[in-house]
Amino acid sequence: MQHTPFDLQLLNACAAILLLLSFAMLAQRRIVALVNLLALQGAMLFIATMLLAWRTGQNHLYVSAALTLGLKVIALPWLLHMLIKRLNVQWDSEPLLNVPGTMLIGLVTVVFSFGLAQPIAELASTATRNSLGIAVAVILLAFITMITRRKAMSQVVGFLSMENGLFFGAMSATYGMPMIVEFGVALDVLVAMLVLGVFFFQIREQFDSLDLHHLESLKEDQ
Amino acid sequence: MEFAVLLLTPLLGSLLLAVWGARPRAAEINIALSFGTFLAAVAVTVRVINQGNLTAANEQFFLDPFNVFLVTLTAFVGLTTSIFSRPYMRIEMEHGRLSQGRLRLYHSMYQLFMTMMLVALTTNNMGLLWVALEAATLSTVLLVTLYRTPASLEAGWKYFILCGVGIAQALFGTILLYFAAEKVLGAEGVSALLWTHLAAVKGELEPTVLGLAFAFLLVGYGTKVGLAPLHNWLPDAHAEGPTPVSAVLSGLLLNVAMYAVVRCKILVEGALQSTLPSKILMVFGLLSVVLSALFLWRQRDIKRLFAYSSIEHMGIIAFAFGMGGAVANFAALLHMTVHSLTKSAIFFTVGHAAQKAGSQRIEDIRGLLSLNPTIGWGLMLGSLAILGFPPFGVFASEFLILTTAMKQEPWATPILLLALGVAFAAIFSRVQSMVLGQSTGKRLPHQPALLPVFAHLALVLLLGLYIPPYLADWYRAAASMIVGQ
Repeated sequence: MQHTPFDLQLLNACAAILLLLSFAMLAQRRIVALVNLLALQGAMLFIATMLLAWRTGQNHLYVSAALTLGLKVIALPWLLHMLIKRLNVQWDSEPLLNVPGTMLIGLVTVVFSFGLAQPIAELASTATRNSLGIAVAVILLAFITMITRRKAMSQVVGFLSMENGLFFGAMSATYGMPMIVEFGVALDVLVAMLVLGVFFFQIREQFDSLDLHHLESLKEDQ
Repeated sequence: MEFAVLLLTPLLGSLLLAVWGARPRAAEINIALSFGTFLAAVAVTVRVINQGNLTAANEQFFLDPFNVFLVTLTAFVGLTTSIFSRPYMRIEMEHGRLSQGRLRLYHSMYQLFMTMMLVALTTNNMGLLWVALEAATLSTVLLVTLYRTPASLEAGWKYFILCGVGIAQALFGTILLYFAAEKVLGAEGVSALLWTHLAAVKGELEPTVLGLAFAFLLVGYGTKVGLAPLHNWLPDAHAEGPTPVSAVLSGLLLNVAMYAVVRCKILVEGALQSTLPSKILMVFGLLSVVLSALFLWRQRDIKRLFAYSSIEHMGIIAFAFGMGGAVANFAALLHMTVHSLTKSAIFFTVGHAAQKAGSQRIEDIRGLLSLNPTIGWGLMLGSLAILGFPPFGVFASEFLILTTAMKQEPWATPILLLALGVAFAAIFSRVQSMVLGQSTGKRLPHQPALLPVFAHLALVLLLGLYIPPYLADWYRAAASMIVGQ
């Protein structure tokens, strides 16, 4: 395969920005900013998919990019912003771990991710195989974002960031999943958000807050 | 043809009930739709028995002995649960726990849930299997929170987030699977995720990638099965949702998730040329059995009690599939059937018992036998059946599993026996106190439908006494398919 280094470099830059955004999300406490970071991550994913589609000439990647743009850059952030406005949640409460601590754990996670992805990346024939480690890191960092937050909204943003990482992983390892599966996954994510929207209103109606410490009464021996 | 009916009946039904779901006769429509699905499932089964495996829609869907038996079981329990839910939901309405709008949501989501489970069972595409399982979760999240109590919201949130994160792992596993398959089957993406194609070339798939994929798939789908230590969502979701939802979650969804794990295991074991995945499954299973047996002692809520019992039985099934071999797989399939039938029957009686006592706390439920002998006997017999009393079917399958374990994995037998004994004592003492004694309950405004309970228990009894030869052949065909010969 003839390499055109420039677009590959661009792709790698996208991957690096994706990872940086994950770290930014790990540190961000304002929920509105968190959603913006998520939208930015979606935009990076969109650019990376477009570049890859153009580079490899695989038409289904254009469809996948369009899905990313519509769902992850426009629809979901818009939905989340609307929910934030309607529910009037601005700040996350104090996280379970302080920022430097979370960052350190994040760093260790990235090293671990590259180690985990190494054997697979060696087997891959795609030009983007080196980004696979970044994809795994994004998934795990999103997971850390989820477990260190108390507000329902931040946990959901973490969940969606994890979804971004999964898509990026699929893209760098295999140039995307079969079309029918990608549509199915996108549909599931959309439905999940709608269900969540309803769910948030239910939680609010019941507790007057979206803080999850209200949701800690179910214990083993009640 | 029958196949299209099987999937389209509940799907269109869910749309119809989304509009119609709160009007009079909605419950009857729900039953009629479930009956239609069941008839289609029977027709499909007859066709598979006569003509062998079949595929549909450009090989995106397929039926073999393994999934067709689960399709019939799912459609049957779906039908009986809809019959049970008609009076149950009416009583809940009278007690003021539900509004018209929520009843409509319930009916519509019930049918959607059935659709998604049937899609998950019949799809040939490992990606679609993931999509359908996730959709099945999503359709039940709002059912768990149907009562809008603080506890139910918490249960729903836990269910959503834990299963969501779990199933995201499974998606990564599926991506890795696709990655390995693409090398062998070509990158066109047409056949690379189709299970039948994968199974044909499983020996050529890259072992390191599949090993890693299995770790993610097992964690992902294992969360849905409720394998310890990933089981945290399960007791809450079962206890806080309406009882018909507990019955289908426990009786059906867990089976479907287990089905997904076994499908993945077959592929990975073929690629790895070792029994390591089976060993891991066995350990997870054993851990679930032991942990749930201990947790059973701490339960004060009747639905949580039986939810933990579901974890225990899923552990037994995982252990049996992990042991492998024709006999163990046969026993695991039988156990899936009898557990599904018995556990949903128990939830039916438990639902009405809790309605009578006005509480789900075990200490508030007393004297069921004197209050309403049918509910009392139903709960008593159901509990005896699930605890593995002969001559019920659970005894037969557990006996098979234990004797196989003695031969193949002697170290596990004492652990299993001890855990079963502990679980027995925990459940039996609690059920005894609920069934006997002085009654405190009130009259129910509607006659409960207890036909499903006794229909299920009669089937379980029948399976314990005598397995019809064609059914045995069918189990054997499925079991040998799982072994991989």
